[in-house]
Amino acid sequence: MKKKNLSGFVFVLPALLINVIIILVPAVATVYFSFTEWNGLGTPKFNGIDNFISLFHNESLFVAIKNNIKWTIFFLIVPIAIALFIAVILLFRKRGRTALQSIFFIPNIISPVVICAIFSSMILHPRSGILGWINNLGILSEKLVNPLTQQATSIWACMAVDCWHWWGFLAVVFLAAMRQVDDSLIEAAEIDGAGFFRKFISVIIPSIRSNILFMMLMTIIWSFLSFDYIWILTGGGPGNSSEMLSTLSYRYSFYTHDIGLGSATALIMSFLAGIVIVFYVRMQVKEGKS
Amino acid sequence: MRVHDGKTVKVLSITIIVFMILVTLLPLALMVLNSFKTRIQISTNPLALPESLSFENYMDAWVQGSIARAARNSITLVVGTLLITLLISCMAAYGLARKAVFGWKTISVYFLVCNTIPKQLFIIPLFFILQKAGFVNNLFAMMVIYAAVYSPFAIFLLKTYFEAIDQDIMNSAMIDGASNMQIFWKIVLPLVQPGLLTASLIVGLWCWNEFLFAVTFLQTENVTTLAVEFYSFTSRYTTEWGNMMAYAVMVTLPVIVFFIFLQRRFIDGMTAGGVKG
Repeated sequence: MKKKNLSGFVFVLPALLINVIIILVPAVATVYFSFTEWNGLGTPKFNGIDNFISLFHNESLFVAIKNNIKWTIFFLIVPIAIALFIAVILLFRKRGRTALQSIFFIPNIISPVVICAIFSSMILHPRSGILGWINNLGILSEKLVNPLTQQATSIWACMAVDCWHWWGFLAVVFLAAMRQVDDSLIEAAEIDGAGFFRKFISVIIPSIRSNILFMMLMTIIWSFLSFDYIWILTGGGPGNSSEMLSTLSYRYSFYTHDIGLGSATALIMSFLAGIVIVFYVRMQVKEGKS
Repeated sequence: MRVHDGKTVKVLSITIIVFMILVTLLPLALMVLNSFKTRIQISTNPLALPESLSFENYMDAWVQGSIARAARNSITLVVGTLLITLLISCMAAYGLARKAVFGWKTISVYFLVCNTIPKQLFIIPLFFILQKAGFVNNLFAMMVIYAAVYSPFAIFLLKTYFEAIDQDIMNSAMIDGASNMQIFWKIVLPLVQPGLLTASLIVGLWCWNEFLFAVTFLQTENVTTLAVEFYSFTSRYTTEWGNMMAYAVMVTLPVIVFFIFLQRRFIDGMTAGGVKG
């Protein structure tokens, strides 16, 4: 038996080895770097928990954490609500369903750099975008301003662009789950006189509850991974108004060359994500057993 | 399913769907329309149809944005990444599916965690390790990084195909004296081909579009990918909107073509895992 085990292990070894070298070893090094002072040159100097202390005295960290929370809450509500609503419409109206799913999915296959360029120059730009065109019409008493360039709105604008590309994915996932709902349940509700919303709220949503909860869990995890849209659209600005933990960590590490602070930020962010990842892994392991 | 809802619901549903189609397609339409227009035409009215189908923007973007070179790098990267990822993921998925691996449970959990942790947790030291070893701006190193990052996804996707293989066929082949390697190449691989296609499409798509690693590890122009080159184009020529959109079309077109022919595989593969739970 042992011989078989080892020969089986040979199959997993290459993938495991590459993963350990690229992910695990550097991840451990991040923990080490977060307790050092280093600018990328020379040798890192151990400085205990100084990085964490200076982070907690730094306004940027709290702005970033606040934005991460806003981001998570927004993505727990808005795209999930849109996706559920569209999915249920597609469930009840069969016509063109396949084509519509593909259309709503398209934004998911387009590169974030392209999506961001379209939104920042063709839609939100005051000279070349739809926003500028509306301003030129002169029908509004007040001119619209590019939300990406305003401290109060920058993070929300980034969320909106990310949401534009994201909700279609969820709609497809939810529709697939809804199609597994027993037809007789829906018909029984109809006999009881339930209309569209009654069926949606009382039959469909409860039936796919576990799918919704799973996507909510993933949403929390994924919200910590968000980087591209913010970095490309605003770079965390103006000021630090749209800074998230991911962009802050990246900025410290590769722009201000404070590897210690960057690593400490990455560690805080991974710790927060890790709490949710534990739930995810436990769910997956349990599911693998049954 | 029959529709028993009233007319109001029907009209409202259709209105909402049409609205969402517009919301989804308008940005893409703007990209295509304005790729044929001059700067002045765009700033006059971004929604207007182009006056003529002039490909001048495309030719300008092609030259100024070094598209030929960047596309070659992107294609090399996608092909190389796929070769490495599929090889190691196939082997690992095969091993894990048979549960004949020492510590398979721990390994599965490790891959699950790898699939979900923030990239920032390892990208910082990884950069300095690669820099020290002289592997920054190296396409091969980039392939290995992508393989490491995307193989957990490929492993879990392929594992379900391997698990569906009839154990009896494998056992009888083993009794006939076939080696592990022979069983893998002759029996298993043909059966998991659909999974391989799905995994290739999705990992290939991710490589093509990837931003964070590419912009960090590929900085010199002889290795930059289309995504990175396009990003630097947008920051160099901030007001060359026509050229920018022409560039965007050229980055996106290959992806759209693949999607049109293989929609179901893209959608099923990318949403795999989402329906469970």
